[in-house]
Amino acid sequence: MATAVMTSLDTKSRAASRGMSDIRIRNLFIIPTILFLIVFNIFPLIYSLGYSFTDFRASSNAAARFVGLQNYRELLNDPFIWSNFAITAKYVIVSVTGQVIVGFGTAMLLNRDIPLKGLLTTLLLLPMMLSMAVVGLFWKLLYDPSFGIINYTLGLGSFEWLSNPDVALYAVAITDIWMWSPFVMLLSLAGLSAVPKHLYEAAAIDRAGPFYTFFRITLPLVAPILMIAIIFRTMEAFKTFDLAYILTSQPTTEVISIRLYKMAFQEWQTGRSCALAYIVLIMILAITNIYVKYLNKVKER
Amino acid sequence: MRKTMTGLVAGVGLMWACGTSAQAQELTIFWAEWDPANYLQELANEYEAETGVKVTVETTPWADFQTKAFTEFNAKGSAYDLVVGDSQWIGAASEAGHYVDLTEFFTKHNLTQVMAPATVKYYSEYPANSKKYWSIPAEGDAVGWSYRKDWFEDPKEMEAFKAKYGYDLAPPKTWAEMRDIAEFFHRPDQKRYGIAIYTDNSYDGLVMGVENAIFSFGGELGDYQNYKVDGIINSEKNVKALELYRELYGFTPPGWAKSFFVENNQAITENLAAMSMNYFAFFPALVNEASNPNAKVTGFFANPAGPNGEQFAALGGQGISIISYSKNQEEAMKFLEWFIKDETQKRWAELGGYTASAKVLESPEFQNATPYNKAFYETMFKVKDFWATPEYAELLIQMNQRIYPFVTAGQGTAKEALDALAADWNATFKKYGRNK
Repeated sequence: MATAVMTSLDTKSRAASRGMSDIRIRNLFIIPTILFLIVFNIFPLIYSLGYSFTDFRASSNAAARFVGLQNYRELLNDPFIWSNFAITAKYVIVSVTGQVIVGFGTAMLLNRDIPLKGLLTTLLLLPMMLSMAVVGLFWKLLYDPSFGIINYTLGLGSFEWLSNPDVALYAVAITDIWMWSPFVMLLSLAGLSAVPKHLYEAAAIDRAGPFYTFFRITLPLVAPILMIAIIFRTMEAFKTFDLAYILTSQPTTEVISIRLYKMAFQEWQTGRSCALAYIVLIMILAITNIYVKYLNKVKER
Repeated sequence: MRKTMTGLVAGVGLMWACGTSAQAQELTIFWAEWDPANYLQELANEYEAETGVKVTVETTPWADFQTKAFTEFNAKGSAYDLVVGDSQWIGAASEAGHYVDLTEFFTKHNLTQVMAPATVKYYSEYPANSKKYWSIPAEGDAVGWSYRKDWFEDPKEMEAFKAKYGYDLAPPKTWAEMRDIAEFFHRPDQKRYGIAIYTDNSYDGLVMGVENAIFSFGGELGDYQNYKVDGIINSEKNVKALELYRELYGFTPPGWAKSFFVENNQAITENLAAMSMNYFAFFPALVNEASNPNAKVTGFFANPAGPNGEQFAALGGQGISIISYSKNQEEAMKFLEWFIKDETQKRWAELGGYTASAKVLESPEFQNATPYNKAFYETMFKVKDFWATPEYAELLIQMNQRIYPFVTAGQGTAKEALDALAADWNATFKKYGRNK
């Protein structure tokens, strides 16, 4: 206790000696940040919640009329919206699974002693440094059935990636996998490098096979950090908009955020789109909560 | 001291007065980013030379145009004085009070007679037949067709076509002929395809494309007076038209499921297709050798007739409106007075803009100015448009949702797609209390 008081006093005196008291720090940094958050995050959040119970249209000058839960009821009974959610779920599963497999696999390869390892790692990180719009346009050219390099390399003739409703979603997911696997790779590499070497040495002495070593040592120890990557990527994939919007306009690729955009900014159904945004928010929160609970269980093991 | 104060107040007053007057000497017109906006800027420069009023045409890409315009309207912003807005916006913008009522201006200048009737009906009047006007027809436009004259006039091709179909190969006069020609030239092994049509479903591309077929087949989207759609949007004529459009999609280049005006011009410039649908406003690029290596062998024709000889086309183009929140409404009105003058309209056409002035359109001078102006003139007197009600965007998205899977993927039947669309539109009109 005494040590804690001393430390606190020391900090205070150090801050005071630099001319920054706690009160000043609070006034200069903490209060503006809180105000900023309230004005730009909390207030719009509450304001839009209010709108979600009205029939407000931003394009008209008519006042918002309270309609209770009508927007939520209609949205949850709209087969098109459920279809958008189903497409989003499919996209999230394919995209995140692909990123974990490719990202973790690449990390496993890079976790060995190979020449130019640093340069290779940096080069592999490049896709996630590009803007979504650029990646979308770039892959649109790659997928082109007439002169795209993908069909040329794979000998697929004029196979249609983006115009084929059955394939378009996978084409978008492949692009997302290409772009974001490096993120999973980076986190996995951090996890892999933290696995104590002596565990592998002990396993080698016990003549454990690679399969056993992977599933009993590597994966359990990397799992917590891999779960964090999965949580981030799931949330991002759930919100995906740019790639799907730029690459194709198939109904089979209309993820929920595209529907939300159209409802809010093309149809100007402001109240209804606020309700949809809340439904999406609740879903993301629910999924994230499930993941976090699972992550805690993994950590406890 | 008193003198100093009086002088100061007088000085501030003078500055304020000058400031206001200087502000009124400038106008900003908002439009989408395309060639006609550049032509309008050139025209506006001439207005500045004449009157000293500086007019700036501010543009944004087509994809953002609607969102950006309505965001500004909704905020009651005065950044723009005039807007060259899409014809479908007129219901939403007038009912919400974003546009200034130009009925008096219209009557005073007898614009119902001066401008081509269809342009007045679709760019300016809302509600339909109400004699209330919200914009001045500015950029007339409609969908037409370009084609490869060299492919059509090749003796070998002509002979082969006649042998196969029993009539001469020439620009199609009917949609049935167009289908035959598209099929004839569709040769994927030679990377040559029959036709390029609109398929993009993110705004009104696909819908406009299908409208060309529907209207020429004698069909309609509904009764604009009473919002009745049952038996109209899903009529037998419309089903046949949609089926033919789907058939034509089979003769397009690969990957043609998200194609609009850019791709459809590329179909001609890159030797992809024999015929290509596009707005007339995009044709200047096709007669320019710098942008089209095939410029010398590119021909044009108007939208062909349907099975019963009816010949209509989907309307493009826009009217120019004064924004209610503009602080320079009087000055904007003066600009419009100048814009509708015969000599200005003539000059507008010379610069490349598509005048809606009936007199200019009818003049041989205009019709012979480009290889496509005659087709444009013929088309502008038989155009029809989409719903212009405030909820047009919902109707547009519903139409896209229903017909796109059928046209591009052959899912379901044309009848099923149009029946479902009729149900969607009925529900939307009911929601907004239009069809009681």
